[in-house]
Amino acid sequence: MSERLIGILIDSFTKILVPGLLYTIPLTAISFAVALVIAVFMALVQFMDIKGLKQFARFYIWVIRGTPLLVQLYVVFYGLGQLGLLLPPFLAGIIALSVNEGAYCAETVRAALESVPKGQMEAGECVGMSYLQTMRRIVLPQAMRTAFPPLSNSLISMLKDTSLVANITVAEMFMAAQRIVARTYEPLAVYIEVGAIYLLFSTVLTYFQRKGEKALGTYEFR
Amino acid sequence: MKILEAAHVSKSFDGQQVLKDVSLSVNSGDVIAILGPSGSGKTTFLRCINFLERADAGTIWFDGREYDLHSMRGSDISRIRMRTGFVFQNYNLFRNKTALQNVTEGLIVARHMPKEQAEQIAIEQLRRVDMQDRRDHFPSQLSGGQQQRVAIARAMATDPEVIYFDEPTSALDPELIGEVLSVMRDLASQGMTMVVVTHEMTFARNVSSRTILMEQGVIAEEAPTQEFFENPKTERTKAFIRTFMNR
Repeated sequence: MSERLIGILIDSFTKILVPGLLYTIPLTAISFAVALVIAVFMALVQFMDIKGLKQFARFYIWVIRGTPLLVQLYVVFYGLGQLGLLLPPFLAGIIALSVNEGAYCAETVRAALESVPKGQMEAGECVGMSYLQTMRRIVLPQAMRTAFPPLSNSLISMLKDTSLVANITVAEMFMAAQRIVARTYEPLAVYIEVGAIYLLFSTVLTYFQRKGEKALGTYEFR
Repeated sequence: MKILEAAHVSKSFDGQQVLKDVSLSVNSGDVIAILGPSGSGKTTFLRCINFLERADAGTIWFDGREYDLHSMRGSDISRIRMRTGFVFQNYNLFRNKTALQNVTEGLIVARHMPKEQAEQIAIEQLRRVDMQDRRDHFPSQLSGGQQQRVAIARAMATDPEVIYFDEPTSALDPELIGEVLSVMRDLASQGMTMVVVTHEMTFARNVSSRTILMEQGVIAEEAPTQEFFENPKTERTKAFIRTFMNR
């Protein structure tokens, strides 16, 4: 490897890492938190069979899972802009990412809710708790424990999906890498470098996933 | 003193009628054993009178008021449930709660009891079923018999007027049945009102005050226990007793 190339890689490392810390990580964290709220809500209205809301949830999941994230980003940023709703790119990114991920996570949470034995709800009602009390204290916590590994999957997948937000002018890691390539004409080395930084981030997430599973695993299911 | 009376309870599943006009009256201190072959409707009956299944028809009288089982309001259901206990065949302990929390949950969440007071009651009840040493164990760390004993403590803790037992020993390994039955025998001797759906003929004979035989969704015979076993009236009961006692 030439000295020039090594220089470029060292120089670009911080130039990629800093946008990663400033944009990629916050985008992932905020969008995933919002996605989880959407997911639990959409899963609950389906599980509890709430008329109207259940149909809305099915429609939402159908549309979002059936269209590309890139298209959704363009609709939110450029499309809504045409209607006069000019969103800052970062905010548009958060909206598209969380609405997108929420649809996938809703299915995960719904499946997890359905995996909790019916007897848990019945036992809660038999000791005098209401449906909602039992849901909040008994059924949902068990479901979230079951959903934890697949939700971690979604989180890691979302971390990588934030690279698409470069398309709506958010200066996150991938856009930083593209700029460096445009300047240095070293696509192979620089794109591998940005890939390695994504890998670094997701490795950290995987580590926390394992930690989290251990912390939640204080009660094992039969 | 009459605690509750269920009258003319009927229930169908998918056009198959599993309960036909079943009635039951429970007095304070009664231990009622409901026997019957599988599919006779005994579990469904118990679930209907605790509203886990919605009956197609029938009434329940409780605490001076009569309710229609089919159209009963949720608030009435909760009010009655607050004063009854239910023990399931497969225990149904809250899997994300320790033994102690399983007992305190209904007190703290449903009855808004202060935590310290609830824990005091829970420890007392766990001691009663000899589970106080395992109070910080999760259900998955307990044997079936231990789980069922915690479930009984959970039902007892709310100071119910009556406890329903739905085949409480049917899911247990044979060597664990004894510990659960002995806890139930203690409760009965302390005057607890109990309705027990069971296959344990010996328990029914030795512990219960009244025995009911159900078959094909109806009550085939109901009599004071001694009379039921020593002088059964119907051929059906005679045959049933013969089959089970000769095993």
